[in-house]
Amino acid sequence: MSFLSFFEQLSESPWSVALHESEIAYSLIESFHVWSLCLFFGMTVMFDLRLLGWTMRKVPVSEVIRRLQPWTIVGFVLMVITGTLLFYAIPLRSYQNIFFRTKMLLLLLAGVNILIFHSRVFPGVAKWDTDAIPPKVARVAGALSLVLWVCIIFSGRMIAYNWFDCDRQPQPAIINFLTSCVPSE
Amino acid sequence: MDLLPFFQWCYSTPIGEAIRNSTWLFPVIEAFHLLGLGLTAGAVLVVDFRLLGVGLRKQSAAQLWANTQPWLLGSVTLMFASGIPLFLSESIKCLYSFAFWVKMTSLFLVLLFTFTVLRRVTQMDPTSDRPLPGRVTALISLALWFGVAWGGRWIGFS
Repeated sequence: MSFLSFFEQLSESPWSVALHESEIAYSLIESFHVWSLCLFFGMTVMFDLRLLGWTMRKVPVSEVIRRLQPWTIVGFVLMVITGTLLFYAIPLRSYQNIFFRTKMLLLLLAGVNILIFHSRVFPGVAKWDTDAIPPKVARVAGALSLVLWVCIIFSGRMIAYNWFDCDRQPQPAIINFLTSCVPSE
Repeated sequence: MDLLPFFQWCYSTPIGEAIRNSTWLFPVIEAFHLLGLGLTAGAVLVVDFRLLGVGLRKQSAAQLWANTQPWLLGSVTLMFASGIPLFLSESIKCLYSFAFWVKMTSLFLVLLFTFTVLRRVTQMDPTSDRPLPGRVTALISLALWFGVAWGGRWIGFS
């Protein structure tokens, strides 16, 4: 079964329809998504800014990560749960939404950046833990994370306004290709 | 006091009209607004978590306040710079929106509270323990910011 037909079926399932049609539930979940964003993005940004040497210069990097990371994880888990529910309420249109696809791709890249940071950069933290401005490799990881999360927020916010929606034809062929959209004749 | 004429004037400004007539201006400005919210949250949470004793406990609240203040001011500026155009584009709807007034009231209170009470509490608290006034202050700050974010998100649903 293709993704397309799977999400098509999913969007016809009773729970998905109920969530989609329930104004209060959908709005509440979206609000939770924004609150979790504040927790997750807020903590991530402060850590990235520390890696760049732009804030909390006197606080050791390892201390910032140790004390703030639990909150980042809580925020991220809440984002994934609420985000999955939001997707579940509108599966097919989200799947064919170019901003949603961009966001997923950027999330993947942000994940790779985190993996590289934790496997290659952070293990050597003892050498620069108390540096006001960490070495270049750490600054690059911080800057990449910052740029990626900013772009993720942007594409996430655009999902709701999708002006490249499959139903709004005609669209350029490249858009229909990127959104696996087959416009009806 | 009748606010309607002022809100109508806001609605009729060229900026408000340009945003209404554009497909992508509102979403893009809104995304900047959301970024500002996230950044504000980061600056606020570092200090509030410290006061609650669940964040950077070894650092003095005064130092964390000083470290995060430029980011708080910058992000609040970004929120105003993006929020005002959004308001101009739909000011008449805002006038009748309960969520809008919840947000504006909370925003006024939280800014006042942050730069008077909270700022002073951070200066009073140089040690690593967490006295009660600090915890209460942090909870008030979080509750008020919560009102700002809730009201803000809910303007869009009304």
